[in-house]
Amino acid sequence: MPQMTMVQALNLAMKEAMREDPNVMVMGEDVGQDEGVFRVTEGLLDEFGPDRCVDTPLAEAAIVGGAVGLCFMGFKPICEMQFDGFSMQAFHQTEGHVRRFRNRTRGRHTCPMVIRMPYGGGIRAIEHHSEAPEATYAHLAGLKVVLPSGPRNARALLRAAILDPDPVIFLEPKASYRAFREDVPETPETMEIGKAQIARTGKDVTLISYAATLRATLDAAEELEDEHDIDAEVIDVLSVAPLDSETINASIRKTGRAVVVHEAPRHCGVGAEIVARVVEESLLYLEAPIKRVTGFDTIIPFFANEMTYLPDAGRVIKATLETVRF
Amino acid sequence: MPRKTLEIPRKIEWLSVLDHEGNLDKKLEPKIPAEDLRKLYKTMLNSRMFDERCFHMQRQGRIGTYGPTKGQEAASLGFAYAIGKDDWLVPSFRETAAMLWRGWEMDKILLWWAGNEAGASVAEGINDLPICVPVASQCQYGMGVAWGCKLRGKGQVCITFCGDGGTSEGDFHEAMNFAGVYQTPMVMVIQNNQWAISIPRESQTASQTIAQKAVAYGFDAFQVDGNDLLAVIVAAREAVEKARKGGGPTLIECITYRLGVHTTADDPKKYRSDDEVKEWEAKDPLPRLRDYLIKKGVLDEKGDQAVRDEIKAALDAATHKFEQYRHDQYEMFHHMFADMTPELQRQMAELKDYHEWKESGKKRQPSRVI
Repeated sequence: MPQMTMVQALNLAMKEAMREDPNVMVMGEDVGQDEGVFRVTEGLLDEFGPDRCVDTPLAEAAIVGGAVGLCFMGFKPICEMQFDGFSMQAFHQTEGHVRRFRNRTRGRHTCPMVIRMPYGGGIRAIEHHSEAPEATYAHLAGLKVVLPSGPRNARALLRAAILDPDPVIFLEPKASYRAFREDVPETPETMEIGKAQIARTGKDVTLISYAATLRATLDAAEELEDEHDIDAEVIDVLSVAPLDSETINASIRKTGRAVVVHEAPRHCGVGAEIVARVVEESLLYLEAPIKRVTGFDTIIPFFANEMTYLPDAGRVIKATLETVRF
Repeated sequence: MPRKTLEIPRKIEWLSVLDHEGNLDKKLEPKIPAEDLRKLYKTMLNSRMFDERCFHMQRQGRIGTYGPTKGQEAASLGFAYAIGKDDWLVPSFRETAAMLWRGWEMDKILLWWAGNEAGASVAEGINDLPICVPVASQCQYGMGVAWGCKLRGKGQVCITFCGDGGTSEGDFHEAMNFAGVYQTPMVMVIQNNQWAISIPRESQTASQTIAQKAVAYGFDAFQVDGNDLLAVIVAAREAVEKARKGGGPTLIECITYRLGVHTTADDPKKYRSDDEVKEWEAKDPLPRLRDYLIKKGVLDEKGDQAVRDEIKAALDAATHKFEQYRHDQYEMFHHMFADMTPELQRQMAELKDYHEWKESGKKRQPSRVI
């Protein structure tokens, strides 16, 4: 199996889908000649030409809104938003049309499209380039919101998103783009959207995370075992809409304790939804209050101070110890 | 390095064929078979009578807030006439005349205004999109449909409608820009009805015309008398023909007037004068077309009455059919995704359980549903 970064794995998923289905097209700012500012669309213009790998003018709402119309003509557009923060420039099209057309027309018109964007902080980028908007999108009924954590699941989930008959917001943790490599199978692989994965099995406490903070959470789990003799189970959520309540609750019923970790702000964050679902379904199994390790309810600082804001393994360890020793 | 005025090689033409006094420019008169003329008149009249019916039904509480189309019928109908079944029509929300021409059933349109998604579920075989509420946002997917028409290479075109107020929205400009860049076969129609609720056209933009906005995006425009069906058809045919041949987009500004209220929740007396309305009533597209047909000998008073009777019967039937409609209160769960998610299944079960509990007289011990 070849070793790949997440950037290479995402690129592979798009190439595979574009080779298989002539209706799949990629559109966005600088995705063609420049091959994307993170090079995720490398080689697509050369292989598929300017009608299928489209360098668009600089207008996010037209990229997303135009893609809606292209869907009605039988295309399956993959829209790239150059950065998370700029996806807000297309928010009204996503909210007003992308997520609504199936319901509005009772299935007559649908939007089988993907809106991809680099997600989150940690790469010393300027303002508006480090946002974590998953809860904003997850709150919009009609959208699926997916966050891969590594190269292999990024490739399999992007493939699933492209094949999905409904719109998928695909948030790519940019801090993980080139942070590590993984074996990626040579033949196409898909994962079911809406299913979480157990990233590490354990019995004492359940740590729940996704995207870039999954790495910090796994690091914390190692240290908890080595230094504190705590055997943590780690769940990689992968999809925050739909959210896999079943896997999360099953784990917590086993461990009785949980810490939720994400880099987005805490208030009304995905962690709040996870806690609510555990309280609704597994309250009597809990041995301690659930802790949340998240970004703060502040604007993510400019990059000189962003690492203070982003959850690290230390914060996860401290919260886990408080939960376990409650 | 001289300082000089730049020549921008784009044209904006004014077009009027049949004025409100019945004067006809014979040289510009489009060739339209007599049968089509009668059908166009019937559709415009149907739209007007449907409009009046809707207005009264809103007042009686039988439908919700309604946005009348009175006075603007020609500015949409002419475009529907200029395209074929395989072409696309992307409405805003005052295009009833065009929708009727395209084959929309009146009971379906009534369902939309009565708050049912069934009214937005476009019938199979009609390449239209449903009424769009967020102003100008439809320009973007209209542009996308046109772009798709170009990529498919089958010579299809897409007509997209927007109002004068909508031209202040970013979506209109972004769509125009993309349409120009990709040379999409899009005809962008502006129904300039002079008022965006209470904001007059002069306060909406400092541009002398809305048509000239096309120049900035690199294509040509028409400004037409939008109450003159013949002028609308001439402009629409030319723009459609150009688009079909790969000539790219055209902007057509139809000068028209909203003779009625913005919606039934609006009182226009608060912002515009009765004199102004009277002035525009004299330019009404419907009597103008009827007089033209009578003069041409393709319609007479008797025929006109027969058409009215026919429409009234169809309206009664459509109203009856509409009122037989019963919505499924759980249908909202069914169309969120191709396959219902487990969470939506839980929520639907929760709602059904609540309804059962309520029907039991709230006596049954509530059960827990997961």
